[in-house]
Amino acid sequence: MEIVGQLQKQYVDFINSLFREGYLDDQYVQLQKLQDDSNPEFVVEVVSIFFEDSEKLLNDLASSLQQQVVDFKKVDGYVHQFKGSSSSVGAQRVKNACVAFRNFCDEKNLDGCSRFLNLVKQEFYLVKNKLETLLRLEQQILQAGGTVPLIE
Amino acid sequence: MGMATTDPQFHVLAVDDSLIDRKLIERLLKTSSYQVTTVDSGSKALEFLGLNENDRNTPNETSVSPKIHQEVDVNLVITDYCMPGMTGYDLLKKIKESSSLKNIPVVIMSSENVPSRISRCMEEGAEEFFLKPVRLSDVNKLKPHLMRTKCCKNIQNQENQENKQSQEIQLQTSQSNNNNKRKAMDEGISPDRTRPRYSGFTLVSN
Repeated sequence: MEIVGQLQKQYVDFINSLFREGYLDDQYVQLQKLQDDSNPEFVVEVVSIFFEDSEKLLNDLASSLQQQVVDFKKVDGYVHQFKGSSSSVGAQRVKNACVAFRNFCDEKNLDGCSRFLNLVKQEFYLVKNKLETLLRLEQQILQAGGTVPLIE
Repeated sequence: MGMATTDPQFHVLAVDDSLIDRKLIERLLKTSSYQVTTVDSGSKALEFLGLNENDRNTPNETSVSPKIHQEVDVNLVITDYCMPGMTGYDLLKKIKESSSLKNIPVVIMSSENVPSRISRCMEEGAEEFFLKPVRLSDVNKLKPHLMRTKCCKNIQNQENQENKQSQEIQLQTSQSNNNNKRKAMDEGISPDRTRPRYSGFTLVSN
């Protein structure tokens, strides 16, 4: 039982730091609230889709910015999608980077777009890493026979 | 379906091109005990509703029609606004222009808080406009719209001769709701109010 307590504390500290540093926002909590015994894998499923979708979007973004003639509308479309999906999982910093990215699309600023693609990519891999750690901690708690604390 | 009132299950059709958002809305709706069908485009939604995209519904269309939709009972359509091809607004319009589907309540979801977009949708007959990401508190707002349609459906089932009567009741209700909404809009709601309240509907934002 002591192990569970330790893991839970680790989990709470970690997820609180993610909220504090803006990696995650309240939408992540909303996802957790939708998970229950009838849908015990809901968060993992949604987060997995987010990871897959995002990789694809990053590739699409990179290739669209490499075109001879850049179609900024298309680029904006991808960023809009990315903004939407990151917002839906609570990946706040990714979402904010996408919002800023879109301004450069509006301005048809290739340099700005390239810079922000890098930023969005960075933020994505950061939050991916954090989420993987978080979900791993959750698994450890469950395997040790504990329950995952819900932070409000 | 035409079932008796003992089975109050509501069937919601959710339309969104984003897989994540489809998963989310499906979970939100199922948590509220609704039966859910999700599709990824407006044209698939129309197909599911039994309406061919190119169909013209003439005002003379009889109530006895061989259309597929009569076997599919959808009580509410909730759709994303920004979708490639047919937007949520286009879908809303097609539903409201269809004599067979116009009484189905439609709710729009959007990631962007654009007042002109919102009023456009409300003017076209949307019941609610939810800002994404959609939450359980938003989904709770669907109940009254669903209850209204079930109530009217039961009247139609019980009184075959009086289809016209129930449709008139609905028309009056939606007209007075629209009047209230327009009034509220005219009062000049500024876009940065986070929770403006209009009679008849609530704009939800984070």
